[in-house]
Amino acid sequence: MAAIAEAIAAPKSVSPTIQRFKDALRRHPTAIAGAIVLVLMMLVAIFAAWLGTIDPQALSPIRRLRPMSEEHWFGTDMLGRDVYSRVIYGTRVSLTVGLAVALLATTIGLAIGLVTGYLRWLDAVVMRVMDGLMSIPSVLLAIALISLTRASLENVIIAIAIAEVPRVVRLVRSLVLTLREQPYVEAAIASGTRLPAILMRHILPNTLAPLLVQATYIWASAMITEAILSFIGAGTPPNIPSWGNIMAEARSLIQVAPTILLFPGLFLSLTVLSVNLLGDGLRDALDPRLARRI
Amino acid sequence: MLRYALKRLLATIPVMAIVALFVFSLLYLSPGDPAAVIAGDIATEEDIAKIRAQLGLDQPYLVRFGSWLGDLARGDLGVSIFTQLPVSTLIGQRIEPTLALTLCTLIVAVGLAVPLGVLAAARAGGWIDRIVMAVSVLGFSVPVFVIAYGLIFTFSVWLEWLPVQGYRSITEGFVPFIRHMILPSLALGVVYMALIARITRATMLDVLSQDYVRTATAKGLAPGTVLVRHALKNAAVPIVTIIGIGIALLIGGVVVTETVFAIPGLGRLTVDAILRRDYPIIQGVTLLFSAVYVLVNLLVDLSYSLFDPRIRY
Repeated sequence: MAAIAEAIAAPKSVSPTIQRFKDALRRHPTAIAGAIVLVLMMLVAIFAAWLGTIDPQALSPIRRLRPMSEEHWFGTDMLGRDVYSRVIYGTRVSLTVGLAVALLATTIGLAIGLVTGYLRWLDAVVMRVMDGLMSIPSVLLAIALISLTRASLENVIIAIAIAEVPRVVRLVRSLVLTLREQPYVEAAIASGTRLPAILMRHILPNTLAPLLVQATYIWASAMITEAILSFIGAGTPPNIPSWGNIMAEARSLIQVAPTILLFPGLFLSLTVLSVNLLGDGLRDALDPRLARRI
Repeated sequence: MLRYALKRLLATIPVMAIVALFVFSLLYLSPGDPAAVIAGDIATEEDIAKIRAQLGLDQPYLVRFGSWLGDLARGDLGVSIFTQLPVSTLIGQRIEPTLALTLCTLIVAVGLAVPLGVLAAARAGGWIDRIVMAVSVLGFSVPVFVIAYGLIFTFSVWLEWLPVQGYRSITEGFVPFIRHMILPSLALGVVYMALIARITRATMLDVLSQDYVRTATAKGLAPGTVLVRHALKNAAVPIVTIIGIGIALLIGGVVVTETVFAIPGLGRLTVDAILRRDYPIIQGVTLLFSAVYVLVNLLVDLSYSLFDPRIRY
């Protein structure tokens, strides 16, 4: 009885969507844990310079391969650089690439998907091109693109984003195909609304929730791809300390100094995990149908 | 069936054409002038121009694409800039370790992930389910080379059970071959397993709630029989589909795994080519892997009728 009374007394101002969102988050503590870790990592990235770090590129040949100590928390690498500082600064690279790729890929994919999903004559051509791009495994596609250009952080972001676009286009297109059969879209067409207005006002808002979930997963996979590219020497240039670069340089040191491999690997995995957990939580909150399935 | 197979095979042509066009454009756009490389350091402008004309490099884009396709049809993937050997020869030399690695991974991953997914679904909410789901989330988050170094450190450096890296051909004996394959296949297979186990569990949960499964249980069949003969067989189509799609993950992972474990396969060839900016090799490997991916998924499509007699072509 008390519960019913409470429900009646509850303020009407909270929209059902926000309430459902809150409930889902309460039911998914892992998503909250993911969000907390992610925020922590972002703070680490922003305040990297104030976290007891020194210049991550500072060479110190007499202090090569020092073990973990008070002075060098994670030890030093082959060139005497402080591994702790390098790992902390690496957070910046990873999060920047992840976020930038997620934004870029979803924006481009959304634009292409909206238009092709709506214009039948364009659809066949664009989807064949997307099918073609999707049949090139995304790591290879990014490698092929990067090999054309100078290694730089921007080029890494662009290459990974291009490799992710086809999947976004697919998602948006399939959403648009269902949405445009909806009565309210037909009503808009019947009342003479022009195409750009239909796309922007009636179709676009309804694609945003699934797109947000997809963007989170792209964020996570982009961080992995960046690390892979850097690790094999086709990614972030070596003068920027990224987790993949640190691990690539320590490749031969697994028997001598395994901690140089351990810490960047740990940070990378933890960050990707937090984004994935957040994504799972968002998916459950925004798309209850899919949540029960996977 | 044959007509359908032919139709699907024809449908892959536009896809492969896009891939080919993309790969060719990369070659077309790649910096550096192959003619200048071939001519050498003491060549004059005229010499280079002559070689350019000989190679057809002065022709327009579409003409060059046409002749490149013609070469491709004859199995000619061009010549490596660095070694001056035909790319097809280089790929031929390196294909065996990669094939061995992917096949081992496929066997390990499918062999572990499908039973785990079935068990997780059969005991949904139980501890097996929780562990499988937790590990699969982890599997999506820990990159292949981090897993690889974790395995190397544990089993090679610390316990000293398995070799740190390297590759032994199966012709050098089965035991050394397997000993060198265990860690790479496990490392490469984790993401793939996570994917397959998740989809298996999800599909099985769907199928297990069907009426015919309840009927089968009600008429007193052993739980194992119901699970495998009635449920798994009906869940096979999505599972096989994800096994096919997941091949893309394996191909991307091969490049990294071969680097970590110093396996002289196609992945290693690609990485060396990136470092030397040897474009013809990068393009050849990209083309080959994409073709394999398209072909595998074509076979997956055609296999549906084996699992589901309702699907007839």
